[in-house]
Amino acid sequence: MPTAPAGTLYRGREGMWSWVAHRITGALTFFFLFAHVLDTALVRVSPEAYDTVIATYKNPIVNLLEVALVGAVLYHALNGVRVILIDFWSKGPKYQQAMLWSIVAVWMLLMIPGVYFMLEHTVSAIFGGS
Amino acid sequence: MTSAEAPDIRAPRTQRTFGSSGRSNFELYSWLFMRISGLVLIFLVLGHLFIMNVLDGGVQRINFAFVAGRWSSPFWQVWDLLMLWLAQLHGGNGLRVIINDYAERDSSRMWLKAALYASMVLVLVTGTLVIFTFDPNIS
Repeated sequence: MPTAPAGTLYRGREGMWSWVAHRITGALTFFFLFAHVLDTALVRVSPEAYDTVIATYKNPIVNLLEVALVGAVLYHALNGVRVILIDFWSKGPKYQQAMLWSIVAVWMLLMIPGVYFMLEHTVSAIFGGS
Repeated sequence: MTSAEAPDIRAPRTQRTFGSSGRSNFELYSWLFMRISGLVLIFLVLGHLFIMNVLDGGVQRINFAFVAGRWSSPFWQVWDLLMLWLAQLHGGNGLRVIINDYAERDSSRMWLKAALYASMVLVLVTGTLVIFTFDPNIS
């Protein structure tokens, strides 16, 4: 039974999965950007056209999508710094795994208060309050 | 081993020939661009998301008057224009790499990239035009 060559970068484990997540978050953000630029372009049509389309976004589901977008972009940004350090810092490849867990920790630290502020409006709208 | 088995290996430090071999440094510049634009986008995009989604309450607070107030300042116009171009080129180049990796047939790669480049031109032209011609008093 042949075995996989040892010592290759990006073969399974954290190195590969962080790369998979980088691709998925990047591609999803690109598709969001397409919709985001084109709906914002409606300000050039009329205030009513813009406000009508934006009104369809004012619901709890889109609010959750906003949280997902911020989470995806934040991961992509932090992991991008990690990729740059792996490429340009002589000790980057050695510490790539430690850097991944560090950016996951930073992501959690920023997302916990971030999610609270982003969902505040929806939660108070559903459970009463102003 | 005879020399006929390795005809493509040139002497070290041979000047690379462009044109005749069909090779260029495009992929090197694309790799470098992803890292430089990525660093700038960290500030532009995370700043944008922090202001819009965390401080300003997200799409719940957005309407035409909000956009008009924001683009009354040249600072945010330049910010948004730079972010539009860098994000679109960074994301478009990322999708180009993904297409090259996963679309195996020549014709699928060609059509997917044609659709990608068309969407990039559409977004860049429309977005740039909107930022430069925005009229807060449009009826």
